[in-house]
Amino acid sequence: MRVLTLLLAALAASPAAAQDSDPPEVVGGSVRTAQTVAVPVLPTRNADPGLGAQVASVIASDLRSTGAFAPIGPQGLPGVSFAQGTNPDFPTWRSAGAAQLVSGYVEGGAAGSLTLACVLFDVQSGRELVRQGYAVSAGNWRRAAHKCADAVYAKLTGEQPYLDTRVVFVAETGPQTRRLKRIAIMDSDGSNLRYLTEGEATVVTPRFSPDGSRLAYLSYQGRRGRVFVMDLAAGTKRLLVPGLVQTSAPRFSPDGRRIAFAMSAGGNTDIYVTNADGSGSPVRLTTSPGIDTAPSFSPDGSRIVFESDRSGAQQLYVMNADGSDERRISRGGPSASPVWSPRGDTIAFVRTGAFRIGVMNPDGSGERLLTDGWQDESPSWAPNGQFVMFNRFTRAGATGLYAVPLSGGPARRLPTPQDGSDPSWSPLQR
Amino acid sequence: MRTMILAASILAIGLAGCGRKPLATAPTAAEQGAGGTAGAGANNDEVGLVELPASQQALVAAAGTDTIHFDTDQSTIRDSDRAVLAAQAKWLLANPNVRASVEGHADERGTREYNQALGERRANAAKTFLIGQGVPEARLLVISWGKERPVALGNDEASHAQNRRVVTVIVR
Repeated sequence: MRVLTLLLAALAASPAAAQDSDPPEVVGGSVRTAQTVAVPVLPTRNADPGLGAQVASVIASDLRSTGAFAPIGPQGLPGVSFAQGTNPDFPTWRSAGAAQLVSGYVEGGAAGSLTLACVLFDVQSGRELVRQGYAVSAGNWRRAAHKCADAVYAKLTGEQPYLDTRVVFVAETGPQTRRLKRIAIMDSDGSNLRYLTEGEATVVTPRFSPDGSRLAYLSYQGRRGRVFVMDLAAGTKRLLVPGLVQTSAPRFSPDGRRIAFAMSAGGNTDIYVTNADGSGSPVRLTTSPGIDTAPSFSPDGSRIVFESDRSGAQQLYVMNADGSDERRISRGGPSASPVWSPRGDTIAFVRTGAFRIGVMNPDGSGERLLTDGWQDESPSWAPNGQFVMFNRFTRAGATGLYAVPLSGGPARRLPTPQDGSDPSWSPLQR
Repeated sequence: MRTMILAASILAIGLAGCGRKPLATAPTAAEQGAGGTAGAGANNDEVGLVELPASQQALVAAAGTDTIHFDTDQSTIRDSDRAVLAAQAKWLLANPNVRASVEGHADERGTREYNQALGERRANAAKTFLIGQGVPEARLLVISWGKERPVALGNDEASHAQNRRVVTVIVR
């Protein structure tokens, strides 16, 4: 996808174009209250008119999913002519009660290409806050809509974008005693789902590489749990550590070149690191007798947080990436499955026993719990560090994917055609 | 109070050292005989190990059961299960042409990462007991299923108790 700098010639002159477009109502990096954002059907030229409604629906749905906005439309809003797409009739939107307006147009080009013009206006002042253009192939219109929603979200909240992302997870079907588990990938709004494994072996804990091109995951292929690495473009799968030793809990380093993981033998599980491309030999990082597992790198790659039951219960520890200077950070109840935020200042984890998703600072201070399901597990950060995705088991054994804002508030369920678990959130797509 | 059962096979991958060492993975002879060529082509969970249903029935007839159970988050063999494992060992010694895949499981009330390790710890405890009864280590495989293969469906303590188990699976 190409991001265009939209020429003014392509857009009708806007009364207060682009100058001094500070976003309104931004307090402490988040929007004070959910703002009413109007998202009318976008006008089209040389393109299927239905596409204008579809693009607007995706933008509105994305904005609603952030929890920061109360989008209205596209249904029920006045129609917008092509000229009005970039030159709105503001009194109409004021009377509709909108604080902001997402408008623009969809235009068809050569060989089935599409251009989405995405313009955000402040309705009261009539100021233009965002003006972006996205050129995509016709089949990729959803990504252009996600990019537009991201631009609106970023402008109005001051946060980094995160909506044009994908999620890889375990799709689960069948009875618990003979569960079919497949790795699936979808857009972060649940669309474009496809399966990356076909149930030939039980698979769990898929995790994206930092560039989104590979997955590390645990497969029971060969009747034992071992970490494999999948190249998404090539579709190839490779055993991380040759042989039959049982490996689990993989996570890539921030540069994508190494994978930290757990290896179990003789009743003992320790953390190792090895090259993601399979070269070299694994290097052992922990030596405690007990279960050391679930390593996760800090975003600068200098440290690793992990869980250990060396104290008698699962607790979180941080060590340098070479295994030196281990220290316990968690001070409260039993804690597991830590994941370092991409912003570096927060660690998400599972409070075992109660099975809640929580967060704490990397020194263990500031712990708070974000969820309260029957059994919440497998936290994964949005690339902007503002949301944690996880899976929630019901007492009946069903499981679904949810995302909860770091700032607090209700968890939102992601639609999946079957049960889902072990989500991993991709980086922002380019 | 946890009981750690450390078997000799730990030392084979260098646990006893301090600091960080390159790994010298040394699967046992039995492990080298199982699993086939990992990563090659279509596969499934069972490949490389052939279950022997008639031998399995014979083991159950001789030992009363192929399954032992564990307390929550524990890997200590219960006193009542020591006789079961001893009978399994006796059967294995009388049937030297088969191997046993000692397969550990955890209940659902744990994270996937931890339960993968806990299942291995339980299976290793059973394996160590069987070795203590004279079964050659080369005939024993240790496998963890984590919490991925429960036998009881309910989400209550009675079901969880059934799922915290080690199953001795007779294989060729």
